[in-house]
Amino acid sequence: MASTIRVRATSNGETTEVQVLIQHPMDTGYVKDAKGEIIPPHYIQQLTFEHGGKAVFIADWGSGVSKDPYVKFAFKNGKKGDDLKIAWIDNKGATDATTAKIQ
Amino acid sequence: MILRLAIHAASAAVAFGLLAFAPAAHAADSVDPVADANAFKKFFTDKFPKVTLKDFVNGPYSMSEDLHRQWEEKEEFPPYEFALEAGKEMFAKPFKNGKSYADCFPNKGIGIRQNYPYFDEKEGKVITLELALNRCREANGEAPFSYVKDEMAALTAYMAYTSRGKPMDIKIPNDPRALEAYQKGKEYFYTRRGQLNFSCATCHVQSPGERIRAEVLAPALGILNAMPIYRSEWSGMGTTSRRFTTCNSQIRGVPLNPQDDEYRNLEYYLSYVSNGLPISGPGARP
Amino acid sequence: MNITDREFSATRRLVLKGAGVAALIGLGVLPLDVPQALAAANDKYPEEAFKQKNEADAIKALYGGRTAEPSDQVKMDAPEIAENGAVVPVSAITTLTGVTSISFLVSENPVALVASYRIPDGTLPSVSNRIKMAKTSNLTVIVEAGGKLYSATKEVKVTVGGCGG
Repeated sequence: MASTIRVRATSNGETTEVQVLIQHPMDTGYVKDAKGEIIPPHYIQQLTFEHGGKAVFIADWGSGVSKDPYVKFAFKNGKKGDDLKIAWIDNKGATDATTAKIQ
Repeated sequence: MILRLAIHAASAAVAFGLLAFAPAAHAADSVDPVADANAFKKFFTDKFPKVTLKDFVNGPYSMSEDLHRQWEEKEEFPPYEFALEAGKEMFAKPFKNGKSYADCFPNKGIGIRQNYPYFDEKEGKVITLELALNRCREANGEAPFSYVKDEMAALTAYMAYTSRGKPMDIKIPNDPRALEAYQKGKEYFYTRRGQLNFSCATCHVQSPGERIRAEVLAPALGILNAMPIYRSEWSGMGTTSRRFTTCNSQIRGVPLNPQDDEYRNLEYYLSYVSNGLPISGPGARP
Repeated sequence: MNITDREFSATRRLVLKGAGVAALIGLGVLPLDVPQALAAANDKYPEEAFKQKNEADAIKALYGGRTAEPSDQVKMDAPEIAENGAVVPVSAITTLTGVTSISFLVSENPVALVASYRIPDGTLPSVSNRIKMAKTSNLTVIVEAGGKLYSATKEVKVTVGGCGG
C-alpha cells in the first residue's frame, strides 16, 4: 500500500534539508459536506522526524494546517545514505510511518 | 429548447457580424484557423509584453509577482503529487481482460497529451483525451469514470506529465466537418451566456491579470496546457471538463454535460489557438 | 454530477490504513516504526493550547504566563494577499540563538494556534509550512529562545472563491 508520506531529504554535507508532503484531509470540523452535515474534525496532531536515534524535529499541528500538509526544515549532521524516520498520528488515532534515505 | 437554440443562433450571428469588422480577423468570411491562432497569440503578447509566450501556460501566476512567489513555494512539493502517483499506478494496472490503457493509445499513451483533442474523420467529431480514456475503459469492459475529478484527473495528470514541455500540436484535417467543429468551438468561446452575460472571452481574453472579486483571472492562451489542475479553491484536482462546467456555473449559466459536443468543440478551438505553447500539466492554481 | 463531494478514494484508503494499524495493535503485533518514532519524540501534544479559541489564551496554554516581545530578529515570509485562504505558504526564520520552538498563530481563525514546531539542538531555527486562514487576519510567529519568547506579526489579506484560475 502506498505510503501517505512523501519525503525529500537532501544533504549538502553540512545540513540536511527535509521536505515532507502528507496525504491527509486535515478536516477542521467547521465545514459541511454536500448533504449539509458537518464533516467531523480529522487532522494530524503530531509529526516526528528521527535521525540517529534522536528526534530532530517535532511538529504539533491543529486543524489550521492545510489539507495534504507540507513542512520544510533543516538539521545538521545528516549524511547521504542515513535513515530518516518519519511518523504521524492524527486525532482519531490513525498513524503512518516511513523511513527515507537522505540523498 | 427551441427557444434556447434560437437565441444561440441569434447571438452567433451577432458574433459573426462583429468579427467581420474586427481588424485582426481579416478572413472572417472564410474560417481561417491559422490566422486566428496568430491573431490570438499576438493579442496576448501585445497586451502583456513582459510575459514570454511559453509562460502563459502558468495562468494567473504569469500575471502577478506575489502570486508567482506563492506558486514557486508550492511547486517545491506540488499538491498534485498524490494524484500524479495515483494516475501512474492506475495507468499501469491492467483491466480485468488483461489489456491496459497503453493498448488504446499511440505510443502506449506516453508523451501524447499535446495531440489531444483531435478530429476523428471516421466519426466526424472531436475526440478529447478524457473521452478517449473513458472509451478505452468501456471498450475493455470497465465502467467509465466521472469526467470531472478523482480518477480521471489522476489519469490525465499522469499523461500530461509524460508530455511536459512538448508543444501543443492540434491538427485540423482537410475535412469541412473539422473546420466546422473548430468554428463552433470559437463561437461558443465568444458567445455571452448566463445571468452575468459573460462569454469565456469576457474573463479570459478581455480581463486576464485583473481581479474578479479577489482572484486573478488566467489568460485563455495556454489555459488548457496546464490541465488537469489542483485548485486550492476545490481543495482537489479537476479536469478540463470540470473547468468548463464550473466556469459556466460561475457566470450563473447552466453547465452542459461534460463531453457534450459544445465542450469538445470548445476544447478543440482553445487548444488549437494555443498550438506551440508547451504542455505544463498537471498544474496548481489558486 | 456531484462536484462538491470532496471525498477521494485516497481518503478512504487512509481510513482503512488507520483501521489496519489499530487492528495490528489489537492483535499485539506492533508495527515497529510507529511507536518507536513517536516515543523518541518523548513530548506531549499540547492539546489544551490547540483547544483555545483566541490567541492570548492559546499562548498562555502553550507557554504558561510568559509573554512575547516583538523582535526584528524574527523574520516571517508570508504573502500580502493569500491566493486562497485554504493554502497559505508561510515560513519563519530567526537569527536568535538557543531556539527551542517556533509557533504560528492566526488571530481570526476559529482556533488561533495553527502549528508549533519543536526545534532540538542541531536543527536550524527555520521552518516553512502551508496553513489555513479563515479571513484577513494577523499572522503571528512566536520564537522561543533561551526560555524567552519573541514574536513577529504581519497582516495577510485573504480572499475566497470565485472565477480565478
